[in-house]
Amino acid sequence: MEVEVTVNGVAYRRDTEPRRLLVDFIRTELGLTGTHIGCDTTSCGACTVLFDGVPVKSCTMFAVQADGHELTTVEGLRRNGELSPVQAAFKEHHGLQCGFCTPGMMLVATALLSSNPDPTEEDVRWALSGNICRCTGYTNIVEAIRSAAATMHETAGVES
Amino acid sequence: MTTTHQPATPFEMGGIGHSVRRKEDDRFIQGAGRYLDDIQLPGMLHMAILRSPIAHGRILSIDTSEAEATDGVVAVVTGEMLAAHGLAWMPTLSGDTQAVLATDKVRYQGQEVAAVIATDPYVARDALSGIFVDYEELPAITSPQQALEPGAVLIRDEKEGQTDNVAYTWEAGDKAATDEAFAKADLVVTLDTHYPRSHPAPLETCGVVADVNPATGEATIYLTSQAPHAHRTLFAIVAGLPEEKIRVVSPDIGGGFGNKVPIYPGYVVATAASLLIGKPVKWVESRSENLISTGFARDFHMHGELALTADGRILGLRASILSDQGAFYADAQPTRFRAGLFHICTGSYDFGAAHVTAKGAFTNKAPGGVAYRCSFRVTEASYLIERLVQNAAYELGMDPAEFRLKNFIRPEQFPYLSPTGFVYDSGDYHTALRKAMEMIDYEGWRRRQQEPHPEGKLIGIGIASFTEVVGAGNSRTYDIAGLKMIDSAELRIHPTGKAILKLGVKSQGQGHETTFAQIVAEELGIPFEDVKVQEGDTDNTPYGLGTYASRSTPVAGAATAVVARQIREKARKLAAHLLEASPDDLEWEPGRFFVRGVPDKGVTIQEVAFAAYTNFPEGMEAGLEGVHYYDPPNMTYPFGSYIVVVEIDPEDGTWKVLDMVAVDDCGVRINPMIVEGQITGGLTEGFAKANMQWITFDENGNCIGSNFLDYLVPTAWEAPRFRLGETVTPSPHHPIGAKGVGESATVGSPAAYVNAVIDALWSKGVRNIDMPVLPHRVWGALNGVEVAP
Repeated sequence: MEVEVTVNGVAYRRDTEPRRLLVDFIRTELGLTGTHIGCDTTSCGACTVLFDGVPVKSCTMFAVQADGHELTTVEGLRRNGELSPVQAAFKEHHGLQCGFCTPGMMLVATALLSSNPDPTEEDVRWALSGNICRCTGYTNIVEAIRSAAATMHETAGVES
Repeated sequence: MTTTHQPATPFEMGGIGHSVRRKEDDRFIQGAGRYLDDIQLPGMLHMAILRSPIAHGRILSIDTSEAEATDGVVAVVTGEMLAAHGLAWMPTLSGDTQAVLATDKVRYQGQEVAAVIATDPYVARDALSGIFVDYEELPAITSPQQALEPGAVLIRDEKEGQTDNVAYTWEAGDKAATDEAFAKADLVVTLDTHYPRSHPAPLETCGVVADVNPATGEATIYLTSQAPHAHRTLFAIVAGLPEEKIRVVSPDIGGGFGNKVPIYPGYVVATAASLLIGKPVKWVESRSENLISTGFARDFHMHGELALTADGRILGLRASILSDQGAFYADAQPTRFRAGLFHICTGSYDFGAAHVTAKGAFTNKAPGGVAYRCSFRVTEASYLIERLVQNAAYELGMDPAEFRLKNFIRPEQFPYLSPTGFVYDSGDYHTALRKAMEMIDYEGWRRRQQEPHPEGKLIGIGIASFTEVVGAGNSRTYDIAGLKMIDSAELRIHPTGKAILKLGVKSQGQGHETTFAQIVAEELGIPFEDVKVQEGDTDNTPYGLGTYASRSTPVAGAATAVVARQIREKARKLAAHLLEASPDDLEWEPGRFFVRGVPDKGVTIQEVAFAAYTNFPEGMEAGLEGVHYYDPPNMTYPFGSYIVVVEIDPEDGTWKVLDMVAVDDCGVRINPMIVEGQITGGLTEGFAKANMQWITFDENGNCIGSNFLDYLVPTAWEAPRFRLGETVTPSPHHPIGAKGVGESATVGSPAAYVNAVIDALWSKGVRNIDMPVLPHRVWGALNGVEVAP
């Protein structure tokens, strides 16, 4: 089946099997390997992408369901040659170790901050509760996201 | 001796003690890491594995014809086909053999039976349903107790001389001295507990891309490997390939925790398939495959006894272990020690006698016995002694902190020879515990615990004061499959003063690209940003045994410091040549030699490096590089004290962490930020095991816990918050005084959580609840009701 999808602002048209999972489509057919696969049961969130701005687990959607929609993957977080505040905060606050869950975590965080610019610790932890990290114990991920929120406030303040 | 470490270098140089940000993060935060499954090679084929649906059965027939006829299927591999090449069985890391693809029987649910090689991964999986296997089902043995019953069905009937289900027996310590200690005891406290089967479950599963060049026979094996060099050698031995034709490349690794130490059947089948077909073959496990077939951990049934005096002194310890090994004895552990380093179970305490016996049994479960974020069974050992010590204190009517302080090895006793033969390098256990008590306000919590709770909740306070043994070897005592447990570092300084450091270990998230560069920065004054750290490619790194058992910093870190110091000595001669001075007249400060008494007259390490290739004195070999193989004189012994406060709801048996402090002493900390990250992750994994995370089986040997819906790992929502503290007692024998920290918190913390729950329930008569301390177990214990496991 033919699929037309915009990923990170780039339009793609591909012919793909109806049963092809979105994550496999993104990784193999589009070559965007920053989206990872960590489980078979929609449990771990390593495959999280933004689907019209909303986090979804791309292992539990078919590629054809993305037809006509916009996706953001980790490769699309960097804008105008600059790391996004979430990316920068993950590095600054040691919010990653092996890096395998990191793309999913950062995409969830990006979506959270776009709808809730000033989340509490509870808000952040709840937003992340569909994503598993086996390395960090989450403390620094939560700190990174709250710090990114603060940075985005400051930047917004400067701009306005 | 507790000290604090003041960095000797400026922050930008990033030597030891600086929390510089990680160099590896730039690629990970941009989705530009390169993990195993990201590798695509031209013409690459995909493999899927057919696994046994039953736990125990004889294979009567395998019909692969329908699978072979499927469009896109290139080959179907069975055990019979491998047997023709001598590859149906392979050695394990504990000297047993393991089936690659089953030929005679299946011995656990999930065992590898056949493999499909196809042009597309979906096709490969589809075609599995076109393989028909007839089994004659046999009784499944699902516990080691059952395995040792008279008349139990023989699981390893193919193994020559094997007449029962015993995998090994082993002992350590002094039985006579221990019996004597128990004869003198005023009181003996016992504990029986099962440390349940668990799985490391790194977020990236295991996989391989085997690429054998049909023209040259050279094999490049991309592998999720914590030990690429050891794996190359084992591949040479298992597959009979010449070792110079094997290149193992371990790319970015999405977590290991011990899961990526063994060689798994899928690796061997994919490599054999690539060899026979002449094309690259990729195999990546699904999560279920990972959880049901690869590297389980723990599964120790433990009995412990402490001999005590009435005034609260420990006289001796007896421990006996029955371990559930699964169908093949495949523990990843040093050859000489059949139950790993479990005999470190005397822990942080000073007493004269201990005797440890261990027996392992074959069962119809997956093999493994990997050290899950642990140095070879030190986790089980630490758990047993820390649980026993708490129960002993209560039986004596003592506070568990007071009891520990009374029995700890004292600072002046180091180096300390333990009753089972370990020589503890350094420690100050009293200071660590007192610091933890102060941080959490131990006395305050003890008072609050006595006050009536407005909602009827129960408060419990648990302590664990663990001591680890990590950083294997020395080579005299420690080897795996005959390979001595050394590690190495090769350091090359380029003409422009930048450097590359090549190591035989392999990071799986620990941050080696940063911390090992920091060691070079410390020793040579080259900014850490200028030092590239390369690992994982056996063609381009010196030999090493790999990263597990917290051994990278103790062994490869030491090798790095030593080779850097050797290079500095050559640099001194070059500097003397440049400054027209005697080497003995030069002083060193980070990054620069200068003439003693004339601080302005000096040369930087970068200038010296340039001279090593452009202006070296006559008679001196050009270049500035070296390689060092480090054989540790001893293990290192990190320690710490953790205190956790929990609140239990007696209505439903749930419990939550109200506060937790962790005081760790891992010697000198190279990068405090990274150390704290390791500890926080480990405390969370410890909580997981205490609270929710285990793998169990039904009576037919069906694995329960085969996916993340059943095998519960904590998310950010369940994970507790922690407060961290530190003491610094350098290792006296390590070049930079570091001890290793990656596993401390996983080793030490489970007992703290369980001790806290038992502390709350002790007055109700509860003496033990096995992990995971699930709500229904707590409720059952509180109400004296027998509950399902």
